[in-house]
Amino acid sequence: MTILEHLNGDKLYLDGGMGTLLQAQGLKSGEHPELWNISRPDVIREIHKAYYDAGSNVVCTNTFGANLLKFSEEKLYEIIAAAVENASAARTASTAPQDKFIALDIGPTGKLLKPLGDLDFEDAVKVFAKTVQIGASLGVDLIIIETMNDCYETKAALLAAKENSRLPVIVSNAYGENGCLMTGASPAAMVAMLEGMGADALGANCSLGPAQLTGVAEELLTAASVPVLLKPNAGLPKEVDGKTVFDVSPDEFAECLAGLMEKGLRIAGGCCGTTPEYIKALCTRTADITPPPAVKKEFTVVSSYTHEVVFGDKPLLIGERINPTGKKRFKQALKEKDMDYILSEGITQQEKGVHILDVNVGLPEIDEKEMLCAAVCELQAVTDLPLQIDSADPVAMESALRRYNGKAMINSVNGKAESMAAVFPLVKKYGGVVTALTLDEDGIPSTAEGRFEIAKRILHTAAEYGIDKKDIVFDTLAMTVSADNKAATVTLGALKRIREELGCHTVLGVSNVSFGLPNRDAVNSVFFTLAMENGLSAAIMNPYSADMQKAYYCFNALKGMDENCGAYIEAAESFATAVTAATAPKTEAVYASDLQRAVIKGLKDKAAELTKALLETTAPLDIVNGEIIPALNTVGEGFEKKTVYLPQLLMSAEAAKAAFEVIKGVMAGGEKATKGVFIIATVRGDIHDIGKNIVKLLLENYGFDVVDMGKDVPPEAIAEKAVELNAPIVGLSALMTTTVPAMEETVALLKVKAPLCKTIVGGAVLTKEYANKIGADKYAKDAMEAVRFAEELLKA
Amino acid sequence: MSAVQVLNIKPEAGYCQKEVLRYAGCKDAEGELCSLIKDCYRELEGKLTYRLCYRKLELKIRDGVCDFGLFEVRSQNLAKALEGCESAIIFAATLGVDTDRLIAKYNCISPAKALIMQALGAERVEALCDCFCQKIAEEQGTKPRFSPGYGDLPLEVQRDVFAVLECEKHIGLTLNDSLLMSPSKSVTAFVGIY
Repeated sequence: MTILEHLNGDKLYLDGGMGTLLQAQGLKSGEHPELWNISRPDVIREIHKAYYDAGSNVVCTNTFGANLLKFSEEKLYEIIAAAVENASAARTASTAPQDKFIALDIGPTGKLLKPLGDLDFEDAVKVFAKTVQIGASLGVDLIIIETMNDCYETKAALLAAKENSRLPVIVSNAYGENGCLMTGASPAAMVAMLEGMGADALGANCSLGPAQLTGVAEELLTAASVPVLLKPNAGLPKEVDGKTVFDVSPDEFAECLAGLMEKGLRIAGGCCGTTPEYIKALCTRTADITPPPAVKKEFTVVSSYTHEVVFGDKPLLIGERINPTGKKRFKQALKEKDMDYILSEGITQQEKGVHILDVNVGLPEIDEKEMLCAAVCELQAVTDLPLQIDSADPVAMESALRRYNGKAMINSVNGKAESMAAVFPLVKKYGGVVTALTLDEDGIPSTAEGRFEIAKRILHTAAEYGIDKKDIVFDTLAMTVSADNKAATVTLGALKRIREELGCHTVLGVSNVSFGLPNRDAVNSVFFTLAMENGLSAAIMNPYSADMQKAYYCFNALKGMDENCGAYIEAAESFATAVTAATAPKTEAVYASDLQRAVIKGLKDKAAELTKALLETTAPLDIVNGEIIPALNTVGEGFEKKTVYLPQLLMSAEAAKAAFEVIKGVMAGGEKATKGVFIIATVRGDIHDIGKNIVKLLLENYGFDVVDMGKDVPPEAIAEKAVELNAPIVGLSALMTTTVPAMEETVALLKVKAPLCKTIVGGAVLTKEYANKIGADKYAKDAMEAVRFAEELLKA
Repeated sequence: MSAVQVLNIKPEAGYCQKEVLRYAGCKDAEGELCSLIKDCYRELEGKLTYRLCYRKLELKIRDGVCDFGLFEVRSQNLAKALEGCESAIIFAATLGVDTDRLIAKYNCISPAKALIMQALGAERVEALCDCFCQKIAEEQGTKPRFSPGYGDLPLEVQRDVFAVLECEKHIGLTLNDSLLMSPSKSVTAFVGIY
C-alpha cells in the first residue's frame, strides 16, 4: 500500500519518543539532538530500527529542530541527509513485515511570529521551506509537521511544505490542558484552517498523556473530514530519585488509544517518554480494531487564530463598516494611512456583536495590495474575529489571504469565467469560504431563475478546481427597490431556491436595497427580516443600526433560536434611546463649560455628545480653540505640576480625541488647520509602542499632523519618509538598552539625508546626556514635554 | 541537576491597587481612575493564563562567576545575590499571549486603558513570581529573586536561561532577537537556595 492508501483506508502506526531516549544515552541538556545523526548514527539507527521492529509504519527522521534558525544551510543539508540515511538504514535492517515509510519530521522554530513575537510570517515560511526542499530531494515518503503550539506558525510550515513538495503532509499540534493551543486556537479552528489548505491528515501530539488528550481527539474527530492522528506523551513527567519517569504504562497507553481507534482515530503513535515497548503494546492491543471510516463533514466554517464560526440555521452578522464606499471619514483615513481609525472600527463592531468583519480598503488613489495586507495583519493583532477579505483585485486578495491567520471568508467570486479563473485557485491554495455573486458576463439576471442557474454553474466550475460546495456561499444581490419594485422579491426568491434546492449557505449585503429612500434603516431591517425568513445564513450589515439589531435579536427569539430569549433581553437594554443631554448635571463652578469639564474629567462619550450639540451653534474651529485646547492646557499644566498623573492625562486626551473625531466628521475633506508634520516611530528592534502612542495622541490633540510609522522601523525607512514629506520634526522612541544603538543610527542617518529635520527622542532608558551623545536635538522626558518642544521648534 | 518542572500555580485573584498605580506612574487614584482600573481588571481576569516552569541546578561561585553546571554567568551582583548557596532555582513565569493582545487592542483605541493594562500585567506577573517564591520558601531557605537585566547581570543570560528551561516548549514563552520576551508580561529569575 502507498502511504496515501494507508492514510485513507487503513490504520497507520507512527513511532514513539526520540528525545527522551537520546537523553538516556547521554544527550546533554542544551545539546542539539539533530547533530547525533552525524556524530552518533549508530544510536539513531538503533532507535529507528527498534520502532520498525515494534510495528511502526512510519519512522520520523531525527530532524525536529533542523532548520535555518539553528544551523547554517550547509550544516542543515548535512544533518538532514544523515537523518534520512539513518532512517533508511533502519528500514533496510528491520525484518518486521508491515509497510514501512520514512517521514521528514518538522518541529516548531521556538520563536513566536509577529505581531506577538518578532519572527515575520514570510521569514518563517522561508525557514521551513529550506528544510522541506532538502528533505524532499532526499526521497522521504511524507512530511510530518508536529508539536506546533501556534496556529500561525503551523500555517507557515504547511504552506512551505505545499509550495516545496508534492509529498503527503500530516500536521499535528500541541494542545494544552485547556484543550487549546498556547496561542488560543481550538481544535475545530485548526481543522478549518488545515483542511482548507489541504493537509492530508491532522491531529495532536505531545504536552499531555493519552487520557488528557482524549477530549481534544474527540473534538478533532467531530470536526475533521481527513484522518485524525494522536501521538500523546507517556503521561506526565515525574521526578523519582533524580530521574524523570512518566506515569502511564505501555498497556494503559495502548488501552486508551484503542478506545479512540474504535471511535475513528486512524493514526497513532507516541511522543515524549514513549519507547518501542509502548508502540509494541499499541500495535498488539489494536491489531483487530478497524476504525470506522473518516466521514466527510459538511460544515461551512471560517476561523480566526482562536475560534471557528460555523454557518447554520441561526444567521451570522458580518460587520460592513470597514469599507470606504460612501464614507468621507473612512476615505480620509485610508489616504492618510490612519490605521488606528480602521482598527477602532473593527473593535467597535466586535463590541456590537458581529461574528465576522468584512475588510474592504479599495480606493483608486492607494496601493490596495499593501493596504489590504496591512489592514488584515493589524486587525488580527487587535481582534480575534474571523475576517472576510473583500477585494476585486486578485493580487491584493492573494497577499492578504496568504498572511491571514486562519480560514478566511473571501469576498468575492462571480459567474464570469475570468473571475472564477482568478479566485478559485486562491481558495484552493489558501483555504477559505468564498462568497459567490450570482452575476456573469451578461450582468445580473432580472429573474430568480436566472440567478439560480448562475449559482449552479459556479458550483460546477468550483468542483473542477476541487473546491467543495460547503466552501461556497451565495450572494443573490440585493438591488435598489426604489428603482425596481420587484427587486427585493427576485433577490429573496433566488435566495430561497439556492438554500433549499442546492443546500448552500447564503449571504446578502442588505443595505443596498434601500438606496435612494428616506429612513433607510427601516427598509433595511424589514428586508433583513424577510431574508432571514427565506434562508439567509449571513448578513453583511451595519451593526451600529439599532433597527438592524432589533430585527436580528427579535428574529432569533421568535424562531426559537434564542433560549429563554436571553440574548434578546440582554440586547434590548441598548435599544433604549440614548439619554439626552438635558439630564446632565449643572456645570460645576470650576469648569468653564460642560465640554471643558468632560475633557478634563476624561469622559469620552460625554465629550463627543457635547461637541455634537455645540456644532449646531458654534463653528468647528471655535470649539477647538475656545473649548478643547483650553481644557487640554488645564490638564497639561496639572501634569507638569504633578497634580495630574499620566493615566488622567491620557483619559483627557482620549476625551479630546473623541471630540476631535466629531469635528473631523463634519470637516473631512475640507481645509485642515495643522501646525505641521510630525513623524513618529519606535526604532528598529523595539516592539514597545505604548510610549510612542501616548506622544502621538497628545501631538494630535495639539494640532500636529502626526505620521505614525509604527514600531520596529528601520532607520532607512524613517529617513526616506522625512525626505519625502520634508518633515520638520521626527520623534523617536526606544524602550530597551539593546535598541538604543538603532536610535543613534537613525539620528545619524537623518542628519545626512534630511539635515534640516530636527529630532526629539524619548523612552524609558534614555537620559538627557545620552540624547546629547547620540546627537539628538531634544530629549523629552514625557509626552507633554515633547509637545512643548515641538511647538517651540516649529515656531522658530 | 534535575529536569524542568512545570508548575500549575496561580496568585490570589484580584490585584494590589497600590502596585498597579505605581506601575502606571501615579501616587493616588480618584474615582474615575479607580473605576478604570476595575474595568480593565474585569476584562483582563479571564484572559490570564498563568504558566511557570523551573529547574533546580547545583551552583558553585568563585571570583564573581556563578557556575550552574550547564552554563556559567559572570556577574558580581548575581554572585552576591546567590552568596552562600550551593544550589539555585531558575524559573520563568508568564501571563500568556492574551494579555499582550488586550494591550495591543487598547493601544489603538485607548492609550489610557493600555497603560492600565500594562500596569495590571506587571502587577500580576510579579504576583505570580511572589506566589512561587513563597511556595519554595516553605520547603527550604531561599534568597530574594534576581532577574537578567538587574545590576550587572546582562540580558544575554536570557539565552542560557531559555536553553536550560526550554521555555518555548513548556510554557510557550519565547525570546526575541533583541532579547525581549514574547509574551511580554513574563519574568525569568534566579533564586538562591541555602
